[in-house]
Amino acid sequence: MTKDKPKPEIVELRIHADPAYLSIAREAIRKATEIAGLAADETDGVILAVDEALTNVIRHSYGGPCDKPIVIQIRPHGPQAAPAEALEILIRDFGRQVDPKTIKSRSLDEVRPGGLGVHIIQTVMDDVQYRCVPEGGMELRMVKRISRPDNSASIPASKSRSH
Amino acid sequence: MRHRHTNDSDNDVVRAIRRQDKAVVLELAGEIDLHRSVKLRERLLDLTAERPDMIVINLSEVSFMDSSGLATLVEALQLCRRNGGALKLVGIQERVRSILEISRLDHIFPIFDSESEAMAS
Repeated sequence: MTKDKPKPEIVELRIHADPAYLSIAREAIRKATEIAGLAADETDGVILAVDEALTNVIRHSYGGPCDKPIVIQIRPHGPQAAPAEALEILIRDFGRQVDPKTIKSRSLDEVRPGGLGVHIIQTVMDDVQYRCVPEGGMELRMVKRISRPDNSASIPASKSRSH
Repeated sequence: MRHRHTNDSDNDVVRAIRRQDKAVVLELAGEIDLHRSVKLRERLLDLTAERPDMIVINLSEVSFMDSSGLATLVEALQLCRRNGGALKLVGIQERVRSILEISRLDHIFPIFDSESEAMAS
């Protein structure tokens, strides 16, 4: 069955882990989500989620700006000859590994600067999965369902992966 | 009323700073992310150190803001209040308002449609 099989990446982007390049990633995501058929407000949310994910990689995986790579892949999901039902975005880094179970959003009851990135990602995206890559680094898989009147597809299941 | 303008290049997140009596108005522009929030934080820390009665931040030309920009605003808000002053936001675009709502900070910041409304409140 092809329904849950991801189509080939429509975008693969590699940037240095430097905040100066965040705007390049945002623009690529904007175009890719528009082509995939996301509504304008959904596009804005996905751009924000990807920006937050990249910011977290720069800050936490790499410990600050550096020239190490971050790879961003965007894949539509759905039957091969039909409009995409969901968009899968993978963010791959080669930095410090952390137990995915420890990646949590903080309480919003406390008003203080910082620590909102994970909360924003989890609020905006329909499915969020972190994993340690055996070869090193982390991978974040985010899925956004594409809202269409005739689209009641379930969120594609995450692949089974060992941590 | 005394006005003083500081104009920066189009690439600068702080497009202008205007001083009106004991209030300071900052006009911000463009996208505020981890890259550009660093400069904004420097400017806001300098301004809050002056202890103005009110800082009004005009966001009408800001098309994108992430949590690093938001953190900068939260820090400035807390510094202002600690000094007995106020920090108010003006002219927020919908896509920027959404991050305030997601972060449940839309009720923490006083938000106004116009600078005159913010000044009068």
